[in-house]
Amino acid sequence: MTSFDAIVIGAGHNGLAAATRLAKGGRKVLVLEAANEPGGATRGREFAPGFRSAGLAHLVNRLDAEVARDLGLDLAGGETLLPTTVLDGSGKAVVLKGAYGETIDGVSAEEAAAFAAMRTKLAFQAGVLKRFLRRPPPQIGAIALGDFATFAAAGLGLIRKGRSEGRDFLRMLLMNVADVADEYLTDDRLKGLVAFDATLGVHLGPRSPTSLLGLYYRLTGDVAGKTGGQYVPSGGMASVAPAFVRAAEKAGVTIRCGTPVGRILADRGRTSGVVTRDGTEITAPIVVSAIHPQTTFLNLVDPAESGTGFVRSVKNVRSYGNVAKLDLALDSVPNFEGLPAAARNGRIVLVRSMQQVESAFNPAKYGEFSTDPVMEITLPSLADPSLALAGGCTLSALVQYAPYRLKAGWEAGKPAFLKIVLETLERHAPGIGKSVVAASLMTPVDIEAEYNLPGGHWHHGELQADQLLINRPTSAASGYKTPIEGLYLASAGAHPGGGISGLPGWNAARHILSGAKA
Amino acid sequence: MNAMTKSAAELRRAARDHIRLPRLETPFHDRLMALSEVNDWYNWAGYKAPHSLFDGELEYFAIRSTAALFDISPMVKYRITGADAERYLNRLTLRDVRKLGVNRVHYTAWCDDHGHVLDDGTLFRLGEQEFRLCCQERHLPWLLDSAFGFSVDIREETEEIAGLALQGPTSHAVLRDAGFVGTEKLKPFDIATFPHEDGTVTISRTGFTGDLGYELFVPRAKALSLWDRLWNAGQEHAIRAIGFGALDQARIETGFIVANADFVTAEGALRADRVRMPDEIGLEWLVDPDKPNFNGRRAILDARRNQTLKHILVGLEIEGNIPAEHALVYHRQKHEAGLVTAAIWSPTAKRNIAIASLERPYGSKFTDDLWVEIYAMRELKYQKMMKRAKIVPRPFVKLARRTATPPGLK
Amino acid sequence: MQKYDALIVGGGHNGLVTACYLQRSGLKVAVLEKNGWVGGAATSRELTPGFLYSNCSYVCSLFRPEIMRDLELPKHGLQVIAYEGGAVFTRDGDYLASYRDHDSHRREFARYSKRDAEAYERYARDVTRQCRFIQPLLMRTAPDPFSFRPRDISELLYLAKKFGEFSPHEMAETLRFWTMSISDYLDEYFETDVIKAYLALSGIIGTALGPMSPGTAYVLLHHYMGEVDGSVGAWGYARGGMGAVTQALARSFEAAGGVIRTDAEVSKILARGGRTTGVVLANGDEVRADLVVSSADVKRTFLKLVDEDALPGDFVHRVKHFKMRGSSGKVNIALDSLPEFPALPEGSSCMRGDMHFTDSIERMERAYDDWKDGRWSTDPFLDMVIPTTLDPTMASPGKHFMSCFVQYCPPKVEGRDWTDADRDAFAETVISQIASYSPGFRERIVHMEVRTPREIENEVGLTEGNIFQGELTFDQLLFNRPVPGYAQYRSPIHGLYMCGSSTHPGGGVMGAPGRNAAAEILRDLKRTPEQMSKAHDVI
Repeated sequence: MTSFDAIVIGAGHNGLAAATRLAKGGRKVLVLEAANEPGGATRGREFAPGFRSAGLAHLVNRLDAEVARDLGLDLAGGETLLPTTVLDGSGKAVVLKGAYGETIDGVSAEEAAAFAAMRTKLAFQAGVLKRFLRRPPPQIGAIALGDFATFAAAGLGLIRKGRSEGRDFLRMLLMNVADVADEYLTDDRLKGLVAFDATLGVHLGPRSPTSLLGLYYRLTGDVAGKTGGQYVPSGGMASVAPAFVRAAEKAGVTIRCGTPVGRILADRGRTSGVVTRDGTEITAPIVVSAIHPQTTFLNLVDPAESGTGFVRSVKNVRSYGNVAKLDLALDSVPNFEGLPAAARNGRIVLVRSMQQVESAFNPAKYGEFSTDPVMEITLPSLADPSLALAGGCTLSALVQYAPYRLKAGWEAGKPAFLKIVLETLERHAPGIGKSVVAASLMTPVDIEAEYNLPGGHWHHGELQADQLLINRPTSAASGYKTPIEGLYLASAGAHPGGGISGLPGWNAARHILSGAKA
Repeated sequence: MNAMTKSAAELRRAARDHIRLPRLETPFHDRLMALSEVNDWYNWAGYKAPHSLFDGELEYFAIRSTAALFDISPMVKYRITGADAERYLNRLTLRDVRKLGVNRVHYTAWCDDHGHVLDDGTLFRLGEQEFRLCCQERHLPWLLDSAFGFSVDIREETEEIAGLALQGPTSHAVLRDAGFVGTEKLKPFDIATFPHEDGTVTISRTGFTGDLGYELFVPRAKALSLWDRLWNAGQEHAIRAIGFGALDQARIETGFIVANADFVTAEGALRADRVRMPDEIGLEWLVDPDKPNFNGRRAILDARRNQTLKHILVGLEIEGNIPAEHALVYHRQKHEAGLVTAAIWSPTAKRNIAIASLERPYGSKFTDDLWVEIYAMRELKYQKMMKRAKIVPRPFVKLARRTATPPGLK
Repeated sequence: MQKYDALIVGGGHNGLVTACYLQRSGLKVAVLEKNGWVGGAATSRELTPGFLYSNCSYVCSLFRPEIMRDLELPKHGLQVIAYEGGAVFTRDGDYLASYRDHDSHRREFARYSKRDAEAYERYARDVTRQCRFIQPLLMRTAPDPFSFRPRDISELLYLAKKFGEFSPHEMAETLRFWTMSISDYLDEYFETDVIKAYLALSGIIGTALGPMSPGTAYVLLHHYMGEVDGSVGAWGYARGGMGAVTQALARSFEAAGGVIRTDAEVSKILARGGRTTGVVLANGDEVRADLVVSSADVKRTFLKLVDEDALPGDFVHRVKHFKMRGSSGKVNIALDSLPEFPALPEGSSCMRGDMHFTDSIERMERAYDDWKDGRWSTDPFLDMVIPTTLDPTMASPGKHFMSCFVQYCPPKVEGRDWTDADRDAFAETVISQIASYSPGFRERIVHMEVRTPREIENEVGLTEGNIFQGELTFDQLLFNRPVPGYAQYRSPIHGLYMCGSSTHPGGGVMGAPGRNAAAEILRDLKRTPEQMSKAHDVI
């Protein structure tokens, strides 16, 4: 039997990024994946005969360039940034072109200038934060030289811009997006867009303090050096997972699919490998868990091997998804009112105002879904015609808010919510209802089941201020190491969080290779 | 809103009147009340408990010379049962519970993840899958949170179970004359059950005095009849009921520590530097690195390896006869080295003894030339004394009768 | 024309605190108050014969004992009485009481959940730890992280050192605590709705946030860091109503030779060449001084009293965007007898404490949703006290004054101004909530005063009726309060200072902003503040 230096649990993009980096660092790596194919949440699926969805994500907007280069990912298409179109139902679209609205169509010149000023401000501040994403969160008590360098660089970056920029940074960091948008903007559609973007995937409304972090997070992503850019790789989103797989295989990683892990071996604070669900024991001195931290510590590691306080803090990680994923099989390309033809391949956001996002959030607090939801839409088959039957089209939408813990239960709630979502679509694209061949609505509960994501949360835990940096996922397991020696975390549940960035996995692998004390 | 069954809501309402009796009465309250000559009560975990009943000094001599009856009902008691009870407790506490046989008791302690002691107490193994944990502080949330992943049931039974400590040289004679046949076979830390009325009483050969002694547990309803049974049998053996003051003297002589007196519990400490690891309060012997993982293991072993332990608990013998309670300890009469947490003139050892918490390296590396600065308040004036102190092993008082089996009768 | 060394705009508690310290340091100080009485939001007023109303602030805890002592307030009549506890009434006819006795408190919680009753110990300890960290910061000027002056750098190092005393685990906990919602924070300890609701209320009082808003755990701290005679977190009544605090301050000020002018509304703060020269009163009088200290909120001070031309544009921009956001109202009621709450046993101590009807976080949050939509809450959260149960000076025997603090209540109703009809409807919402728990309540009412943010702004001068003179969110705390770069009580105009709750450490009848402002002014005058004792130790 072959022996491995490291076992990576989960062949999502973070697991594969970690495995590839470890393999490139000379380690012999085995990746174990529960599903029959790799890809994790980027794994495609046929949701109706002849119609495929490319997975949960439908755009790339934060794949880290250094990670991509280091892993050797061959994903093309980043040179073409896709626009975002805001539709409020009036037929008058706002189109943000370039990287997050470098230019804007559909608003007054003054408003465009105001947006540009806000964009510059936020992009600068996100740039300061970005320095912290590519390395483990600073460990208090043992601040390393590299941490000092990062802090110093961040501090210098602020000071160079002058005192007032520095002061603005500390003032705005934990603000809500609504107050910032109100300060800069007047157009409801633009305000609605930033409110939507700031809150997508988190359990906050635009007026909740700290909600600006969601927008910062988006702006820490870039495409080909362009902050806030977004694209679909050549060949569509379905080409993302294979690219990670190819990179891993090229680096010599062994990937075993259909091999769910049943248990992570641990004895008196040290791991020695895993036992697969079929009972096979595979030993390795290093185990990298690229799945949800709660699955890792509440299901796979015997709780007896963790401390009570640690288990308590892992259980306290808030990880209840709020987003439903809709995949529609259509017999024709839908016609959104006001959507310019040139923007059809981009992102379409259906939102009228910040108030709409806020009102949509209210019921989610009480375990109810939004009756007037907001959503972002792409038409994936335009980039990858193989996703649909000839002449047909697929539509992918992320719909908010759809809380995991629905009081009425999703069995009863799902048809009702789907009806609301389809009616919303119909209002914006009259006739779309008649062209629906099949509809697949995945609530957070379905996402949990399909992708083994507890709570159906794609960030593997709320991306909120109290669950970031040294508290991600929880202080005793921040910085990729865990209380179990040899066991590391590398999923979106670790710093810096979710989205297709590759950073949690890549950072974790670099941390392991650095030989830092576990 | 939680769906609440009607009866639960009714129970909740019925409990509203607790405010009329802010200090609960123990199951033995009627007897204690009748015996209390001095009406000297204190608050023990919300219960009205005697500090002394007639004369603290004489009560102490009941422990060391005849038989003393002490009401331990306010002690917090948890019943832990289930298929994983042993494994659960093994993860929770420091000692290896697998080595604790059925009908045996051991003293143990438990820590948080950082290796800081949450409490100490006694663990009774009543059956293969049945335990009772007795301790000073309340820990229900910690115990319940620790149960994640274990098939175990945890129930607090403080109010339902009455407890009595019967301690002293004639304590076995009292049990024998009360008709508890077979108690003579009990070795230290043994447990057995005996018939009492239409039920049973659990008797263990345990105690907090370092003397021959037993602890008895019965359901609340049987408390008074048990008391009477012992009291009647004890008349010829000079049984006396005692309060905490006397017990405290005996426990200091034995070198036992008390949570939130000799150390601050990890969940109670407000100040980050007040928490203690087992090795810092003399409990290093409880830590079993070879058994499966337990709470605080890594932190404790790291602290040992990295030599980051900050404190040490020592027994002191101090010159003179003035008790040094809460006195500062000095090295070479000038460097502050720690604090005396408990001290008495020991009537049995005839020595001036103390338990002290020292800051390492005092007590570990520097063990000589220690002094205590005693401030004795005498007629509204502090009489300051600098007295030489010597580290001595605990217990300060070691009695052969504590362990002799069969036990003596006087 | 009179000339003083210093003029204080507004005779509220912070204005009076600054005035006292300056006067005692040898300056000639006048306090200019627009109303016919001093007190600001800490007043006792006889609005109906025989009843004294604490008609704005109503309980006392945060007022710094150092100030009481420095200014000899007890000598001038201030007495603070600790109160006994309180209760949340539940909709099923029961209640959750809060008792001062430790074991009774635990047993009361244990009626709902044994686990929660014990979890409370850990919760109280954790919150107290956070309090102990923040308390020393109250009486210090917040350092400016971007000034690079030695004093700011040393203050920053002091903060870093305080923080450095924590273990890594505690630092992580502190970061969490400062950014969490009180609801999420409580979820980590408790399982029972009514217990969470009871503990959450300190996280929302005075703010325009709901219990589910991040940052409300910190707001809770703001209410916990008070003390009554060293008992941290305890609350009490000022004997004679909250006006006793400001009356004592006024007497202390006058005893030191200070001048108080009532009915003297400042309509303009003069600024020439970047320097203040005094103020103009509403009656046209000009009062001269080289120092003007405004205790009015930052918006009122700089948008209404100072010429915009005299201020830098970016400063004005920031002041305009300073968030006030009134969120509360008050209903003050004179009663001809003690109301009955059948849920409570006779003679319950709960009547002598604070009482509430909101028994779940969800109800609290839904009340906030109404506010967000620009309406007063249809099912409001009330913080209700009857100080006359402990204070015989506010009404004749058998009669009672009841103070109901009501949340949420917006500064504008669905975007328009309040009308009298709105105000009455708002009051009716409150009274009907009380009456549903207290039969015969309406019949006991002798007189009632209803205060929406409109009334609070008009009378007290608090913009939008915000009781803290500005929200307590991160962007408006410490070095951000009220405006980054101007968080040390100075303004862009030489000689013009701020001392109100718009400045660090914020609102509540605390007096710390007033004292800190005085310290900065004296520093600028190169005087040693001999009259100012050191902040009490937190050991």
